[in-house]
Amino acid sequence: MKKPFAITLDPGSSLANHTGTWRTERPVYVDRLPPCNHACPAGENIQNWLYHAESGEYKKAWESLMENNPFPAIMGRVCYHPCESSCNRGELDEAVGIHAVERFLGDLALREGWNPEIKAKASGRRVLVVGSGPSGLSCAYHLRLMGHQVVVMESEKDSGGMMRYGIPKYRLPRDVLDAEIARIEKMGVEIRLGEKIEDVMAVMEGFDAAFLAVGAHIARRAYIPAGDAAKILDAISLLHDMEEGNPPFLGKKVAVYGGGNTAIDAARTAKRLGAEESLIVYRRTKEKMPAHASELNEAIEEGIRFKWLATVKEMGDEGIVVEKMILDETGFPRPTGAFENIEADCLILALGQESELSLLKSIPDLETEKGQVKVDVSMMTSRPGIFAGGDMVPAEKTVTTAVGHGKKAARNIDAWLKGEVFAKGALHEIASFDKLNTWYYSDASKTVQNELGIVRRQSSFDEVVKGLSEENALFEARRCLSCGNCFECDNCYGVCPDNAVIKLGPGLKFQFNYDFCKGCGLCASECPCGAIRMIPESI
Amino acid sequence: MLQQLEGSKAIALGIALCRPEVVCAYPITPQTHIVEAIAEMVKKGELEQCEFINVESEFAALSVAIGASAAGARSYTATASQGLLYMAEAVYNAAGLGLPIVMTIGNRAIGAPINIWNDHSDSMAMRDAGWIQLYAETNQEALDLHIQAFRLAEALSCPTMVCVDGFILTHAYEQVEIPESRQVDAFLPPFDPVQVLDCADPISIGAMVGPEAFMEVKYLQHHKQQSALELIPQIAAEFSEAFGRNSGGLLKSYRTDDAQTIVVALGSVNGTIKDAVDEMREAGHSIGSISITSFRPFPLQAVRTALEKAKRFVVLEKSLSVGLGGPLSDGVRKAMSGTGLKGYTVIAGLGGRAITKRSLMALFMQAEKDELELLNFLDLDHDVVNRQLAREKETRRSGPVAENVLRSIGTVASRIA
Amino acid sequence: MTLQTIKFYQTGTFTVGNRLLDESQRTVQANMRRTNSLNSGHRACQGCGEALGARYAIDAAMRASNNQVIAANATGCLEVFSTPYPETSWQIPWMHSVFGNAASVATGIAAALKVKQKKGIRVIAQGGDGGTTDIGFACLSGMFERNDDVLYICYDNEAYMNTGVQRSSATPAGARTATTPAAGPHPGNPFGTGKNLPLIAMAHHIPYVATASVANLHDLEAKVEKAMGIHGARYIHIHVPCPLGWGSHPSDTVKIARLAVESGLFPLFEAEHGEITSSSAIRRKAPVEAYLKLQRRFAHLFGERPDLETIAQIQEIADRNIARFSLEGR
Repeated sequence: MKKPFAITLDPGSSLANHTGTWRTERPVYVDRLPPCNHACPAGENIQNWLYHAESGEYKKAWESLMENNPFPAIMGRVCYHPCESSCNRGELDEAVGIHAVERFLGDLALREGWNPEIKAKASGRRVLVVGSGPSGLSCAYHLRLMGHQVVVMESEKDSGGMMRYGIPKYRLPRDVLDAEIARIEKMGVEIRLGEKIEDVMAVMEGFDAAFLAVGAHIARRAYIPAGDAAKILDAISLLHDMEEGNPPFLGKKVAVYGGGNTAIDAARTAKRLGAEESLIVYRRTKEKMPAHASELNEAIEEGIRFKWLATVKEMGDEGIVVEKMILDETGFPRPTGAFENIEADCLILALGQESELSLLKSIPDLETEKGQVKVDVSMMTSRPGIFAGGDMVPAEKTVTTAVGHGKKAARNIDAWLKGEVFAKGALHEIASFDKLNTWYYSDASKTVQNELGIVRRQSSFDEVVKGLSEENALFEARRCLSCGNCFECDNCYGVCPDNAVIKLGPGLKFQFNYDFCKGCGLCASECPCGAIRMIPESI
Repeated sequence: MLQQLEGSKAIALGIALCRPEVVCAYPITPQTHIVEAIAEMVKKGELEQCEFINVESEFAALSVAIGASAAGARSYTATASQGLLYMAEAVYNAAGLGLPIVMTIGNRAIGAPINIWNDHSDSMAMRDAGWIQLYAETNQEALDLHIQAFRLAEALSCPTMVCVDGFILTHAYEQVEIPESRQVDAFLPPFDPVQVLDCADPISIGAMVGPEAFMEVKYLQHHKQQSALELIPQIAAEFSEAFGRNSGGLLKSYRTDDAQTIVVALGSVNGTIKDAVDEMREAGHSIGSISITSFRPFPLQAVRTALEKAKRFVVLEKSLSVGLGGPLSDGVRKAMSGTGLKGYTVIAGLGGRAITKRSLMALFMQAEKDELELLNFLDLDHDVVNRQLAREKETRRSGPVAENVLRSIGTVASRIA
Repeated sequence: MTLQTIKFYQTGTFTVGNRLLDESQRTVQANMRRTNSLNSGHRACQGCGEALGARYAIDAAMRASNNQVIAANATGCLEVFSTPYPETSWQIPWMHSVFGNAASVATGIAAALKVKQKKGIRVIAQGGDGGTTDIGFACLSGMFERNDDVLYICYDNEAYMNTGVQRSSATPAGARTATTPAAGPHPGNPFGTGKNLPLIAMAHHIPYVATASVANLHDLEAKVEKAMGIHGARYIHIHVPCPLGWGSHPSDTVKIARLAVESGLFPLFEAEHGEITSSSAIRRKAPVEAYLKLQRRFAHLFGERPDLETIAQIQEIADRNIARFSLEGR
């Protein structure tokens, strides 16, 4: 076409005009740290595995999960999910039921028989792990993935540590526990049961390093004057005996002294053993109780009763005597001098646990603190090559923390074996709620997991909380806001008035075309998940 | 086929023969009969493949034509007077975009005072808009010029106005030869635009052009019109060959060969002028006339050639460039600049004032004696003017001029004698 | 197309795309091969709502017509920033004539296409609020009344921005413009009776009228697609914030458009043959202050002594819209 001069123009010719020179700020894609990931003691990349799960790519999701935690089926049941407490969606409607999706993935993997793949070459190094609890097995699992040989020594008759001997079956069915441990064994981790280590230094021969994770199995006692017929036992022994198949006789009325999760486990176990009345006595209030709210709620639903603001002073033949307490201005309970008699056939103490550290006796200068072994940032004790984690080191005493310790120790052991220092990547900026544009998320509340009928669970040790159906798991996964991490919603690509965002295709995300980006910042402000940051241009 | 027809009807038949594809219409006297006739032909199916669109204003009329033309359709509209001014912005735009629209102007005065009768004020107001302006002398020529106008416009991608004196031509019944359809088809090929809005080859038409190229765009418009000076006579010659009669061209000389005094004018008044020339020639006067057909582009060289042997020229024009004189005179004087030829401007026939042969002959005889002013007003009633001027001098609130003038001449209608 | 039954709670229906949704059900803007009818390199200001709205609408029209669109454009920002010699940003056949005649030019194009029997090619006219509600109003009404086969899209940024922010008949009450300065006892644009062009369009009983917003892409595209499926005169009025004229941050363009909808000041609705057929319910209701405060053109209403009376009057407008267009309670 012979076009008239100047007034008629060829299509799209403005590409010659690079409007990027107008820019004073430039957008950049960032991966901010989702609060769930940040809160996870096991260091799971929750947002990432939810991302895969919400596409229905469950195996990928599970593999992502397994990069940090070898126990998805267990964790989905017993973790108190601090991820959910920090979930940004909680500010919108309700936190994403992360644990439920995790459990769904864990159960699916067991059903499908998925196994992790060891990609690393055999290193020829051997590591001793003492204790087959969550921390020890986690460490063993990660070391195995890195190509090391691992032997786990366990003093009990069965593996799993507190997962088996501390958590009742109704919270963690044993087939699940067995299956996830078996999967680790299948990877080539050797677990030697009934091997009580008296002196760790004596068994170190043939090992290049050791990870100690003996847990805390000794119940803390309190002096309570008691009559001859008074029956007092500790919660740890109760739960241990349950596992061994020797349930003790507790009577019709059971009192449990303590406010932690173990107290709740004991009270609920008592109920299942036939107690008509199961009462928890705690010296502070419900709000101050260290037990997790979900546990507490389930206990209340099952008819567990509570005596708040009370300390047990003595136990007689008829029951216990408690002293009423009052909280002072600092929230500390103070005795009032007022007493009350409560009928009880038996008193279960759930006042915390301590570790058995005698296996360390041959390391004279080993640093300990309050009955716990001190470790440095690399989880190494003061003795080079000896690492420790889980309940025996100062930290929160949860399964998930223990699993996290195992992973962290494994990475440091691996580095130490290579003569290196494990360097953790710098922590990304947290994708806090204010970084999100929540308009783009549609409204959906959490899928409620089915719970066993109250009557049935009071009398049986069947699992109380049932898993999600696939449909529900998918639904739940899709509630994830993907905080701080691009989930390819195309918003930046769409809202750019200058077409300065290039879409690279499924899974490849986007790229800015700085030739044309004027730096208006619309992409950043309309990014639902806060994965774009505006940074000043240097002029 | 020779037919006795109203001018508007003849023009409409001529337009129909050109197979316009989009015709937009808005009524304004005196062009109304043209679009009415086309509407009827479209409705009856006599004019096929033509969209006839009744619009809400002249501005819309030309705008629709602009869109249609840019989309590759042969487009036509007609207007007059206030209507042409109402579409003024689009008039310039069509030329700037190089869209070969053909538009009939039924020439008429511009208010205020409102007046529906003939003069050339309307098309003169648009003389610099970039359109080719052709003025018809007779209804036959009006018809013929439209056929030539489409050919010319489309060849150059330049819109073209065919100016036809309102009432004098549009409403006059005359014998007109209506060409055969096949003749017109042979003369006027289908519209082949130089640019078109086409999804297969997208372009942007109507860019904003700044100082860096605006001059060039405008120069190219001028250049296009300059090339029309060659094309117009060529097309007229071809037309003559095809249809067997002379129509169009840049200008037509009448008995100018040895003439000492030559009258120059646009449009139908040339008929009266020729009668006056004939009568004066019989009486022994050395006089002739030129009828200019192409006012834009203005044929400077042709005018100079036609006038250079004369002793004087008289430009008779139906529009007043208030404060200066007449726009046609400007062109003629420019053509003759440096020759020392005497030239007189005569403003005549404003608002439909009759231009009589008697007045013209008296005027021309004055011109022969060089008794005219540089600027003259034919048949101006000086008494009426002076009375109004006196009133205005007397009192600031002298009342409305138009009404005073009507009262002065003792009539409610314009004087036609 | 059949709707996918599974719900996408993460991304909902509000994001531009969704990697989990079938390609055919994502927005046009999510497509890697979208037309980019208005290409990069245009000279719109940073965060221009009109540039965004125009690409949204024309790309959607392109998809709906299998890329057979011709557009006529009124003078204004969109025209100036998209086609300054020697570059155009348009990838479609496009023309600009003058300020007030876009509707008529489009009528002409449509007439030409009809006479040339190019049935698949669709015509769009577009302009800003000045070119639509003021100077182009007569041509637009004529196009409506004749029911010409043209989709007219008005990008409403509520003033004459191209010439330096002067008031148009679409300027909201209370807003500061260059010709309604924030001065005197009644600063800003006086409270007139308003000129609601969508309702005026409806009064012509044309086949389709809709309002849309750059804050709701899915809705906008659905309306364009629907309009493209209908022949005859159609009108879509798109609310496009202008950072320059409104005195807002360029990154807030979509947010402000969203607040206009969520406050009720800019109701989203559809009408066919003069009757309202649907309206979009407000999702998270916002008071008008939330909308006004982000814009310096309303800054005189706030400050140390807020003009509560004027704000209340504006809230009344929003409340009337909410009642009139049933924007709540469904």
